[in-house]
Amino acid sequence: MAEPETKNMTMIEAIRDAMDVTMSQNSDVLVFGEDVGYFGGVFRCTAGLQEKHGLHRCFDTPISEGGIVGIAIGMAANGLRPVAEIQFADYIYPAYDQIASEAARLRYRSNGDFTCPLTIRTPVGGGIYGGTTHSQSPEALFTHIAGLKTVIPSNPYDAKGMLIEAIEDNDPVLFLEPKRLYNGPFNGDPHAPAKSWKGHPLGEVPTGHYGIELGKARKITEGDDVTILTYGTMVWVAEATAAKVGISADILDLRSLLPLDLDAIVESVKKTGRCLIMHEATRTSGFGAELSALVTEHCFYHLEAPIERVTGWDTPYPHAQEWAYFPGQKRVANALKRIMKDV
Amino acid sequence: MAGKTKTTSKKKAAPKALKTTQDELLQFYKDMLLIRRFEEKAGQLYGMGLIAGFCHLYIGQEAVVTGIRAAMKEGDQMITGYRDHGHMLACDMEARGVMAELTGREGGYSRGKGGSMHMFSTEKKFYGGHGIVGAQVPLGAGLGFANKYLDNGAVSIAFFGDGASNQGQVYETFNMAKLWDLPVVFVIENNQYAMGTSVERSSAETELFKRGISFEIEGVQVDGMNVLAVRDAAKKAIDHARAGKGPMILEMKTYRYRGHSMSDPAKYRTRDEVNDIRSARDPIDAVKARLEKEGWADTDALKAIDKDIKAVVNDSADFAQSSPEPDPSELYTDVLLEA
Ligand SMILES: Cc1ncc(C[n+]2csc(CCOP(=O)(O)OP(=O)(O)O)c2C)c(N)n1
Ligand SMILES: [Mg+2]
Repeated sequence: MAEPETKNMTMIEAIRDAMDVTMSQNSDVLVFGEDVGYFGGVFRCTAGLQEKHGLHRCFDTPISEGGIVGIAIGMAANGLRPVAEIQFADYIYPAYDQIASEAARLRYRSNGDFTCPLTIRTPVGGGIYGGTTHSQSPEALFTHIAGLKTVIPSNPYDAKGMLIEAIEDNDPVLFLEPKRLYNGPFNGDPHAPAKSWKGHPLGEVPTGHYGIELGKARKITEGDDVTILTYGTMVWVAEATAAKVGISADILDLRSLLPLDLDAIVESVKKTGRCLIMHEATRTSGFGAELSALVTEHCFYHLEAPIERVTGWDTPYPHAQEWAYFPGQKRVANALKRIMKDV
Repeated sequence: MAGKTKTTSKKKAAPKALKTTQDELLQFYKDMLLIRRFEEKAGQLYGMGLIAGFCHLYIGQEAVVTGIRAAMKEGDQMITGYRDHGHMLACDMEARGVMAELTGREGGYSRGKGGSMHMFSTEKKFYGGHGIVGAQVPLGAGLGFANKYLDNGAVSIAFFGDGASNQGQVYETFNMAKLWDLPVVFVIENNQYAMGTSVERSSAETELFKRGISFEIEGVQVDGMNVLAVRDAAKKAIDHARAGKGPMILEMKTYRYRGHSMSDPAKYRTRDEVNDIRSARDPIDAVKARLEKEGWADTDALKAIDKDIKAVVNDSADFAQSSPEPDPSELYTDVLLEA
């Protein structure tokens, strides 16, 4: 078989391509949301899809998040594969009821008669000066719901493959898009010149159809000193900091939080004996708490240092002092030093 | 009852000049010009990189908040969404404190932590400043509920956009507000667009003053570019609410000249559309023309007003740059009541 053709893409282009490819192959796939059709999405993720696939397959909705998701669930239960966009994850709360009580429970409540092959795409995370209502990372509110998959890619290659997989999944998937990574990897330093995905190996994206199994982590770097468990924007903060501090880190980009690649986590922590967990979301009851519990349960006798968490502070996301809030390289480096102190 | 809902702007092709006085009209001119110059300055500071993130300008819509404010009494309250700078200035909040919030400084109304969309002043009866579209509407009704319960005679005014009027919680609120005859006035600022989506592409019923029909809430459509028409409509609605007759809906037909936020490719409308409205219906030009026609202000007097306003705005911009950033420890304050 010939190597698949690849093209350099931003995360935006890769996400758009995933929808384009699935829409081309399956007429049941529909894409909609606020400013999604005519305007092409505030982050341009759906630009051109309405022109190409028609108004009946890529369209605008009113500002009605509860209605958008609820109607999408009905469509999904009746044979379609809706891909609904919630413009920012911060706006998803009016739809939380529909996600938690309907989308995630349809299969269980109907003995498997009804399913909900729904994908909800939504941008998450900070680093764009969005303040309280445009920067949140609410993933833990969703990983707490049985019956729902929650995934979060960190690069164009994964974004496309995982979105295709999500759209073709027979259960509801919440697809979180770290908005700070849309146009390039971000290492946590706001003063460094912005990087694009050009030239990055994970910016090289196959042009056709491919899927990436949900529930599998990606190894970003191979190392022996410490395991770093992270996802989203923090993947690139982890990579940059470990390199700077000169630590040999096994960095796992979890990619999918539920289902979770526990095997990869356990294997890595047993190898390194040390574990750092990183996410942008607030600390208390964050997904890091779950990861920490799992590592303790499965790797307790292999641990050589306490597990560390580097997270957002337990406060709302501020407008001013964004970089004092954002868990950047300094906090990561300090945590790594603490973990390694009695080596 | 459809008959209860009426339109004022449609009947008259050429509305005759509404009653006013020299003092009143001069005040409206000043109030609207302050908003416009403030917003222009905010736009400049944004362009210079001194304001980051989101910043939604009110330019073009000045007559709405100015006319409503003129009909409010001491103790009445305002609440709105994120396009809120004009509302704060109309509530007599300090230009300095608003501008410094935009630049994320300690001297801002939320000590820099809230930003453009999130400011408040209990003293000036301004209840925010809300970034989540539509969320302020039930809050506005709740303010009204408390006013009624406390029997303090105050009326609350809840502002929201044409786009926000499609949020489900707005209709839950309409029902409760009428069911309990709350002293609240709903002001829909219909500037014809929600970001890049026009009312036609998002709304089955595009005449938004009719949105209360099934809740028995009277709605009125108003020329939101005419500050005197706004004043009159607001007075009726506020009196109605204060008299214990419950809410009314005022649909203000207005227009925003600038982009939705600061990064807006503006592909959803033509330059001509904006320019036409600007030259034919500008609310400030209209007041200026009337002032001149009545002989209430000559060019020199208007120039002097402009100069005073520019001084206030420039001072606010200076303050917004010299006020320091909040200390990082501020991130932890006001999350809950400190122990
Ligand atoms: C719940 C929610 N959904 C979506 C958004 C994103 N958003 C911000 S403003 C806006 C358009 C609102 O338009 P409109 O209500 O007409 O007010 P305008 O901007 O015209 O003043 C949208 C979709 C949001 N902030 N909150
Ligand atoms: Mg609007």
